[in-house]
Amino acid sequence: MLFTTYEFMGFMAVLLLAYYLVPKKCQWALLLAASYVFYFIAGADYLIYILVTTLTVYFAACRIERNAERQAVYLKEHKAELSKEEKKAYKETQKRVRLRWLVGCLLLNLGILAAVKYANFFISNVNGILSAFGSRQQLSFFSLALPMGISFYTFQAIGYLIDVYRGTVSAEKNPFRFALFVSFFPQLIQGPISRFGDLSKTLFEKHRFDAKTFCYGLQRVLWGYFKKMVVADRILAGVRTIVGDAGAYEGAYVLVGMLFYTIELYADFTGGIDITIGIAQTMGITVQENFNLPYFSKSLKEYWRRWHISMCSWFRDYIFYPVSISKPMQRFTKFSKKRFGEKVGRRLPMYVSSFTVWLATGVWHGASWNFIVWGLGNWAVLMASEELEPLYERFHKRFGARGRIYNVFQMGRTFLLVCCLNLFDCYASIGETFGAFASMFGASNWKVLWDGSLLGLGLSMLDYWILGAGVLLMLVVSLLRRNGGSVRERIGRQVYPLRFAIWYGLFLAVLLMGAYGIGYDASQFIYNQF
Amino acid sequence: MRQKAWVRTFIKVSVSAAVALGGLFLLQRLLVPKYVDGIVEGAFVAEYYGEEKDFDVIFVGDCEVYENFSPIVLWQEFGINSYIRGSAEQYIWQSYYLLEDTLRYETPDVAVFNIQSLQFDKSQKEAYNRMSLEGMKWSPSKVNAILASMKPEEKFLDYVFPILRYHSRWSELTGSDVQYMFHTKKVSHNGYYMRVDVRPAENVPTGRILGDYSFGENAWKYLDKMRELCEERGVRLILIKAPSLYPYWYPEWEEQVEAYAEKYGLTYINFLELTEETGIDYSTDTYDAGLHMNLSGAEKLARYMGRFLQEEIGLADRRGEAHLQEIWKDKIADYEAEREAQYVKYGMKEKTGE
Repeated sequence: MLFTTYEFMGFMAVLLLAYYLVPKKCQWALLLAASYVFYFIAGADYLIYILVTTLTVYFAACRIERNAERQAVYLKEHKAELSKEEKKAYKETQKRVRLRWLVGCLLLNLGILAAVKYANFFISNVNGILSAFGSRQQLSFFSLALPMGISFYTFQAIGYLIDVYRGTVSAEKNPFRFALFVSFFPQLIQGPISRFGDLSKTLFEKHRFDAKTFCYGLQRVLWGYFKKMVVADRILAGVRTIVGDAGAYEGAYVLVGMLFYTIELYADFTGGIDITIGIAQTMGITVQENFNLPYFSKSLKEYWRRWHISMCSWFRDYIFYPVSISKPMQRFTKFSKKRFGEKVGRRLPMYVSSFTVWLATGVWHGASWNFIVWGLGNWAVLMASEELEPLYERFHKRFGARGRIYNVFQMGRTFLLVCCLNLFDCYASIGETFGAFASMFGASNWKVLWDGSLLGLGLSMLDYWILGAGVLLMLVVSLLRRNGGSVRERIGRQVYPLRFAIWYGLFLAVLLMGAYGIGYDASQFIYNQF
Repeated sequence: MRQKAWVRTFIKVSVSAAVALGGLFLLQRLLVPKYVDGIVEGAFVAEYYGEEKDFDVIFVGDCEVYENFSPIVLWQEFGINSYIRGSAEQYIWQSYYLLEDTLRYETPDVAVFNIQSLQFDKSQKEAYNRMSLEGMKWSPSKVNAILASMKPEEKFLDYVFPILRYHSRWSELTGSDVQYMFHTKKVSHNGYYMRVDVRPAENVPTGRILGDYSFGENAWKYLDKMRELCEERGVRLILIKAPSLYPYWYPEWEEQVEAYAEKYGLTYINFLELTEETGIDYSTDTYDAGLHMNLSGAEKLARYMGRFLQEEIGLADRRGEAHLQEIWKDKIADYEAEREAQYVKYGMKEKTGE
């Protein structure tokens, strides 16, 4: 049940009505029921996966917290009797018990994720190696369906478990409330990956109907639909044509495809998150923002602080930091300082940790070498930027490269860099990606940009006009947000007829210009597959 | 004070809702196809509701009825008051529900069903579904017709709110869409679609070999339902096969229909075997090389049908009924005017005898 289907809209209408009619203490229970209905409709078989994750993580978190509580009680009760060493030994023993629960639960859940998402990728690589060595033996592929949103809810649940282990959040005692945290349906499709500490503040609260919050939620949903249905799903035809036949569409077409895909990805993903956040807002629930004007970034590093924020912070908190301060890494730091000197020695471990994060990010995005190379490509650019930072500084000082124009240049450069890296997302194989990328530099077909050839990409002139207007509107909204905060607040301050005209106009734009229904190949949200 | 604010909010919300819904209504009226130019077949089904419903004969079926029989000749020469409820590639379940819909308003003596659509066991094209179903007035028959017809990619809601289906038609709007936003013009003559031009049937394609010549279960189911409905309502059901040369009518299909008609005591007329009796001449009586009859062919078939209905079924000549005469006077005038206009259009003016 995609966000853009009538079924989902009907589902939401019934749910919202029921949500504000049931006793407030039952609201979260209703949401849990709705989330499971939503998941059941997506695929009854998937329920087993989300139930296993919910139950195992719930149980492990409770055991970890109970152990920590027992430890505190024991130490308090035996404060006088135990020596410092005995206390330390006791703590170590208990920590090991908690660690066993943590690791066991992580292995189980990541194992499930690996089995359903990566097993066939692994098998295809093993088969490739076997063939390379002349073996005729081939491993059989699994026929497991990928449960909807498994990467998102697994990471969300794991994040919670680690937080409980670290003591930064208390374990949720009510298994049904925890089940709602894992399965909260608006974010099942494509995130964001919420933290228990953030989402639980409003998820389990009693919510009275508030017209303003409700309207703001609907407005956000509408804006999401505009981005998804008017821009992303319309430009999709062009992207599919170009990347679907890499041999026929080379050179200048690759540039066009690259730009199209970047626009599609932005409109699709941010539109989907707008819908998620807006739906939650209509119910008085706050879901964290996942984007902060990413294409205004002046460097790739800044871009990754603004794009898919919940995923990036997840990798930072649960992979980068633990890897950086792990014992093997500390030993490696010592070794590298000794071997390569203080300056290089200090940086090397950071690069290794960062490499781990970007490898994991690539793998998380999909079971394919394309994504792995995409992740490592990002890592390579980030590390190169880090290394070249002093050079940039000298250049800036020498040529006085500052000011608005230079900022725009930096934004444009970052945008193009992101476009290039996104190419790995588009094409079927790494070879095809590099081939397409290389073809841009030797291109002799630049005239296709203006001779009407672009009208043969499955997009009519009218489509280009609509896309142009859509992209322009997204840009204007982003600029307004950049300069003056919430656009909805700004519109909300206008006189009623103007407010009405703006939102009704946006509604009509979605209704009339949305790429939906017969004749359009409605697409899933891109991040749905992750 | 508080009450005042409440009243203000109420008025604001009411006016906004009225403007929003009014705007959507107007947009929907503007965007739905009007079927008055070019492809006009989508307009036929709706035209029935504007008629005085006292017909002796109702034809149901696809283009093999709405292009092949002239109700005007049936009236002018036999005094038979008839109407054709047909549209392009109308599937048998659509014919059944259209007949059911018709029987909500009247009970004709005879229902004539063209069996060509037995070849389809499920809907083939969404466009044909639209043309057959959109014109129906809302009733349980329409709901069931939609449910029986929808292809997997279709949504029921798109039929309830056609703006959802035609939302992108704004780029193709013409003057007709504005002109016929609230009222439309008649494009058929009691459901008959007139063409006067001639394209002789020369190289008639033969049918390709099929793996299975049996009609599908669903098609049979609706033929059974149609027969039972007619029995229930005392309507005589006549099965016909129009004399269209293609799509090819296989002997194996013919055998199945003959067996069915015999089993249930139904009259079955295969016009393909009656070219001599009807006088159909494929060099002059078809406008698309044998696929459909032109006016000449449709009038010949109507004459045969009229004779049959009076001689074999015993339908009365109603030309003496004053109110019917009044109604038919205008219809005949429209028919003749269009015939003349088409003769001019196709460069056949001399054929009018002027």
